[in-house]
Amino acid sequence: MSDAPTLSRRPDQRPPVLEIAREYGILVIIALLLIGLTFASDSFLTPRNLLNILNQSAPLAIIACALTFVIIGGGFDLSTGAIFGVAAVSAGWIAIHVDPMLAILVGPVIGMVLGVVNGIIITAFNVHSFLVTLATSLVYRGIAILITDGKLIPVRIPEFAWIGRSRVSLFGLEVNVAVLVMLAFMVLMMFVLNRTTFGRKVFAVGGNSEAALLSGIRTRLIVVITFAMSGIASGLAGVITVSRISMAEPQAGAGMELEAIAAVILGGTSIMGGAGAIWRSVAGVLLMALIGNGFNILNVNPFFKDLTTGVIIVVAVALAAASPKR
Amino acid sequence: MPGEEIAVRVRGVEKSFGGTRILEDIAVDIGRGEVHALVGENGAGKSSLGKIIGGYYTPDRGRVEVWGSEITRFTPRDALGHGVAMIHQELQLVPALTVLQNVFLGQESNRAGVLTRGDRARFAELEQTCNFGLDPDARVADLRIAERQKVEIMRAIARDARIIIMDEPTSSLTEDEASRLHALIARLKAQGKTVIYVSHFLDHILANCDRVTIMRDGAVVRSADIAGETKRSLVASMLGREADILWPELPPAPGPDAPPVVELRDVSTRAGLSGISLVVRPGEIVGLIGLVGAGRTEVARAVFGADAITAGQMLIDGVVQERLSIREAVEKGIALVPEDRRKQGLVLTQATRPNISLATLGRISRGGILRNRDEIARTRDMIRHFGIVPARVDGRVVSYSGGNQQKVLLAKWAVARPRLLILDEPSRGVDIGARQRIHEFITEMARAGTGVLLISSELEEVINLSHRSYLMSEGRIFAEEPSAGLTVNEALARVFAEQDRHSAGQETRAHE
Repeated sequence: MSDAPTLSRRPDQRPPVLEIAREYGILVIIALLLIGLTFASDSFLTPRNLLNILNQSAPLAIIACALTFVIIGGGFDLSTGAIFGVAAVSAGWIAIHVDPMLAILVGPVIGMVLGVVNGIIITAFNVHSFLVTLATSLVYRGIAILITDGKLIPVRIPEFAWIGRSRVSLFGLEVNVAVLVMLAFMVLMMFVLNRTTFGRKVFAVGGNSEAALLSGIRTRLIVVITFAMSGIASGLAGVITVSRISMAEPQAGAGMELEAIAAVILGGTSIMGGAGAIWRSVAGVLLMALIGNGFNILNVNPFFKDLTTGVIIVVAVALAAASPKR
Repeated sequence: MPGEEIAVRVRGVEKSFGGTRILEDIAVDIGRGEVHALVGENGAGKSSLGKIIGGYYTPDRGRVEVWGSEITRFTPRDALGHGVAMIHQELQLVPALTVLQNVFLGQESNRAGVLTRGDRARFAELEQTCNFGLDPDARVADLRIAERQKVEIMRAIARDARIIIMDEPTSSLTEDEASRLHALIARLKAQGKTVIYVSHFLDHILANCDRVTIMRDGAVVRSADIAGETKRSLVASMLGREADILWPELPPAPGPDAPPVVELRDVSTRAGLSGISLVVRPGEIVGLIGLVGAGRTEVARAVFGADAITAGQMLIDGVVQERLSIREAVEKGIALVPEDRRKQGLVLTQATRPNISLATLGRISRGGILRNRDEIARTRDMIRHFGIVPARVDGRVVSYSGGNQQKVLLAKWAVARPRLLILDEPSRGVDIGARQRIHEFITEMARAGTGVLLISSELEEVINLSHRSYLMSEGRIFAEEPSAGLTVNEALARVFAEQDRHSAGQETRAHE
């Protein structure tokens, strides 16, 4: 690699097998689950079922990808579910009263505005993002309820349904547009995180905010942008969901903020900030989806689904915490 | 136990954090009933040694004996079991509780877990020993720092502590409060308690301690009776350095009429600088000489845009700067290698490559998209140039040694090709080889035309590596000298003389 003096392995380096297991443990678990479910049920390993899993996970995966930026940047966003709700009802209203195509655009834009509001409050008053987004999530949910007067809005407009419902034929498979949107969003997020200067700055701000500041990085701006991204993703996810179920309801997305955080943590992104990856969050979403799907296919009482997911998260987090860091 | 004359015996103790050795082969004896000072510059390891004796850190190697029995488990609770209590720099009280509740926290009078009366009587008993005059029902949150300290001391005595470690006890006290604390220490000593006094306030140590152990760079320099020591002898041991270091040759100094890169005119900041005027010319290495707290780091922060200038002017290349931000300072070619590399310099969650690139992402990207090949090539060049080990582009900086971490930090600013490079304690906590390389780097930069502002607690380093020095005290520059004409002793003498002059009339303090 270079002609600098080579060094024998330092004694504090762990055996590579353990290192790999810890690093890619989530993939191992997913693989085991795939194999197990394949043997357990004939209806599992079919293109239809697998695509269905992806399709159902698309909104959550989109949020989790963007949330990864917030968490790597050292923040926390509890308002994604509420932003999802505001975007859903706004998009529904605009699809009916103005224009269906505009509605698809408006969801992410509203999400961005609400995310920027989060980011500005957090950086201007230097309050922890956990508290700020806990409070704004209530405000945003209230706005969603006000917009519809608490009612459900049925949205049965074909031009609006394509993003959530329609399929395109790819390699002989009928693939949902939502899945393609999710994949495109994921690839874009990976690129931004790993290949742009902005991605580097997010890692630096989350890893050591003072070092980032003393390197000439506008740390506050970076934080605001990560929350804007989380808002855009929540808005997009809201639009897809309204389009899919043809119904905009103010309570849409309730609880989704916690699922998204759970997926990011499950994937192995550090809650302390400064380390993580997009693929990890997507893997976290898939693992949660597979557990749910497995329960359905095997006809297990769905009451156990949350319990199982929770236990897996605890084990994953405990394993990560137990790894010697220094 | 009684009859044992050595309260604490430390032998061969070593401690590292993430590849950085902070204590090395420590041997100290602390006698029964003595007030024993641990003294050293910031980062010398005195607090860490205190924390090992107090049970807060576990040593990697070596033994600690208290009253002749070896400590095997290092927890504050086990230490207390041996009669050792530590009083921290940041006090460890529950602010919402009362004095009484804090003193007996975890030791409340109880029957089967149900609180009973009895704490008041115990408090009265303690008060007879301590004579602090504290109101047992006052909320700790309402007390001044000095009084909170008394609560901590009462708590230690309530737990039967016979060895009390005080970590920088006077750092947030007024002179008056400090002398009351020292009177208390004298009383504790009269009652047969042993006190370990961790501090860098030399006057306080000279006036109140029996013995002193001087530390530097994680090692014990020497232990001695206080009777034979002076401020000068302590400082000389704290800062002194082996003579076997080879100082690189300095590039020729620029002429006095060369236009300065950076100029400060009568600059004051809220951080305590007043009326600072200095110039740094291209290719010139300028040293700042002063003790901790003299304002050296504050000058660095002002020039770098990290502290706002409240009065006076700062000029970069002859242009007056208004409300300079750090980002603008970096854009204009100013670089700062801060004194605490782990807290302020490195992003330890990241590898070598992103750390080196952090301040210059614009140069290895186009339209915000990184050019990986360029970045990797540049990182390799830097690894080779500085001899960073391990020589891996994506090496985990967190497990590097102190010297290699510092090289990564220097590489980060070397790739920026700055006009002015500010180095705050560039060789603190690094091994001799890395130190040599860092010294060469400083002269390399100057030779290439960069102005260098050098801050170091090791006066020898500043004097031997700079063309010109400013002498500082109490946030002011009081003299400017060609470094070639200075010696360590002379510089120290002038710094102390200036301090004595400044604080004439009051009780003197080594640091502000």
